[in-house]
Amino acid sequence: MTTDPNEGANTLEMMINMGPQHPSTHGVFRMVLHLDGERVVRVEPHIGYLHRGSEKLSEGESYAQVITLFDRLDYVSNFNNELVFCMAAEKLMSIDVPERAQYIRVILCELNRIASHLLYYGTYGLDTGAITPILYSFRERERIQNLFEAVSGARMMHNFIRIGGLKQDVPEDFRERMDRLLPQLRQGIDECDRLLSHSEIFLARTRGIARISAEDAIRWGMTGPALRASGVLEDVRVTEPYQVYDRFDFDIPAGTMGDCWDRYYVPLEEMRQSLRIIQQAMEQMPDGPVMTTMRRIARPPKGEVYVQAENPRGAIGVYLVSDGSEKPYRVKVRPPSFCNLQALPYLMRDAYVADAVVILGSLDIILGEVDR
Amino acid sequence: MNWLDLGLVVVGLGLLLGALSAVVLSLVWLERKFLGRLQMRLGPMVVGPYGTLQSVADGVKLILKEDIRPDWADIRVFWVAPVLVFVPIFMVWLTIPFGPGLVVQSLDLGLFYVTAFLVTSIVGLVMAGWGSANKYAVLGGLRAAGQLISYEIPVIMVVAAVAMLAQSLNLEVIVAKQGALPYAILMPLGFFLFFVSGLAEVGRTPFDIYEADSEVVGGPFVEYSGPHWAVFFLAEYINTFAVSILTALLFLGGWNWSLTLRDLVGLDSLWAQAIALAEVLIKTYAIFLVIVWIRGTFPRIRIDQLMALGWKGLVPLSFLVVLLNGFYLFYRLPEWSLVAANLAVLGGLFAYLYRRAQTAPSAPTIQRFPARELRRVR
Repeated sequence: MTTDPNEGANTLEMMINMGPQHPSTHGVFRMVLHLDGERVVRVEPHIGYLHRGSEKLSEGESYAQVITLFDRLDYVSNFNNELVFCMAAEKLMSIDVPERAQYIRVILCELNRIASHLLYYGTYGLDTGAITPILYSFRERERIQNLFEAVSGARMMHNFIRIGGLKQDVPEDFRERMDRLLPQLRQGIDECDRLLSHSEIFLARTRGIARISAEDAIRWGMTGPALRASGVLEDVRVTEPYQVYDRFDFDIPAGTMGDCWDRYYVPLEEMRQSLRIIQQAMEQMPDGPVMTTMRRIARPPKGEVYVQAENPRGAIGVYLVSDGSEKPYRVKVRPPSFCNLQALPYLMRDAYVADAVVILGSLDIILGEVDR
Repeated sequence: MNWLDLGLVVVGLGLLLGALSAVVLSLVWLERKFLGRLQMRLGPMVVGPYGTLQSVADGVKLILKEDIRPDWADIRVFWVAPVLVFVPIFMVWLTIPFGPGLVVQSLDLGLFYVTAFLVTSIVGLVMAGWGSANKYAVLGGLRAAGQLISYEIPVIMVVAAVAMLAQSLNLEVIVAKQGALPYAILMPLGFFLFFVSGLAEVGRTPFDIYEADSEVVGGPFVEYSGPHWAVFFLAEYINTFAVSILTALLFLGGWNWSLTLRDLVGLDSLWAQAIALAEVLIKTYAIFLVIVWIRGTFPRIRIDQLMALGWKGLVPLSFLVVLLNGFYLFYRLPEWSLVAANLAVLGGLFAYLYRRAQTAPSAPTIQRFPARELRRVR
């Protein structure tokens, strides 16, 4: 005797559009869900709603202007994006960046990593239905944002990291500000951790959901916290150190289950490690210039280069081709969110509608970067 | 019943509607303020002193807004649904006492009437979901049906257990029977079950599954706007208030604790009535604040987990409550034995949950690897 509940009933799949106007698609992402009751049978991701043609636009701008376009890729981790493009141009032009500039870059990028992960923490709380975490994380993020404003003059889209160094040195009270900020952040992150991570309901919603093994995660091309949650120790800061990252002592957190909870907790732990890096960088930071002496208008020699860096969301890669003029011939970005997003249909096997939101949230995508 | 009685009931209902609207305004303000404090915000501050008139302003805005109807909506179902949600929830208040004698119509089958009417609003929710011609609304409506029907059972069983102890279904009698010991102390397990399933019954966090705005974007209410949405909103808060006041009356002794104070001013005086009313309202608002506190703390559980919790957890436990009360009454056991049995079950429950939280699947799985060593390996 069969126990199939659909026996004899004529049931149809229901197609439902989640997005582009849906509160938990983190922007303008669209998932076409095919549902059998509350179960997701199939999911088709649709992207492109935020396509601005950044890569093509870059070909019409001078090298210095391209930095502003990179600011707008992953719009919650601007410094990291600026850095990777500048690194590419610098490698092409064989420029050595002054040490002080490198340290300041690292400090700003790690702060930006914390700010970005805090946003992720807050929105992930919202995805699971908890409304309070985002306000706790935004309190801390606001402090970082204020520091960025003091340093670069802008809260986002800083255009501060330049080819060959920085736009200017940090303000005079930078060290005092950091001395105040770091303990506050440390305490704030611990508070966030206590608020959500080990809640029984939160564990029930994320533990064991959408597991992905290390091999599969690599095969799908995932990088960053999402990959490390599956237990793969792959971090560009360690495997191919850039700037002065090889001088710091920090840990790489990695998960063992590869489920949503691990993907949620790895960034949380990374924030603490970022604080360690910042602390060491503040101690080691030398005095000196923050900009190399070079031509005003960057004009790299003919050639091509691929540079990658560890963004909050994973490894970002820039493939830069120069034809010797003051404008890049071709800029191709390998955005981490886009590559992580590829695994979405795989992760959503046998998910519930409610899980769909949690799984998408755990991949931590930024549509500005996915669509470019 | 003659015309005079009927007239009195109509006047009472009118007064009740006015009072409940005022209560809802205060509840909304209180919730936003308290939630704001939990989240390190001030809450509404602009309209009126400390934002007290914010809910009034919101209400005016809702009534003046355009009432949009989707083209494909089944117009009759779509427009009747809010009424079908609101009327049963309002009718419940006909027999809920705010103090001794302070009730529109005291019914001997009061509790039966209340539980019967509380669940009737499901029809309205499913109709709203279906009539909206929106897939999210359909999902939400069906979720509502599943959730409310499942959690009605533990509510009814616990209410039956209360009626067994009080030997009455009249709410005023039930309160009067709690003179010595409130039922929250006599049957803590029942109190716990009633509160949890009551939360699910009104769809508040962590059981706000049918209107989950990060999943089904408001569920059955997604296509409603303006006055019709306001009716749903009103119904939801009146419902929450109803569950709060029922908890206060059935388990926290209603107006019993101020008896000595009322004796001082004279039991039949108007002051005594006011004191009783104040006591009931303080307890009700306190319970409401706990509900808001829970909303500010917990994420939302998933529909299958909700069903599992209901059918595998709350339903058997609620039968156990009835069973315990049956033994207690049949064998005329001492009161402490009932309390001890309840506490033993409740303690065992929490011990089990705590153990589960500590063991394997929930334990942290994040390991840290020093970058220094990783670099050396490379």
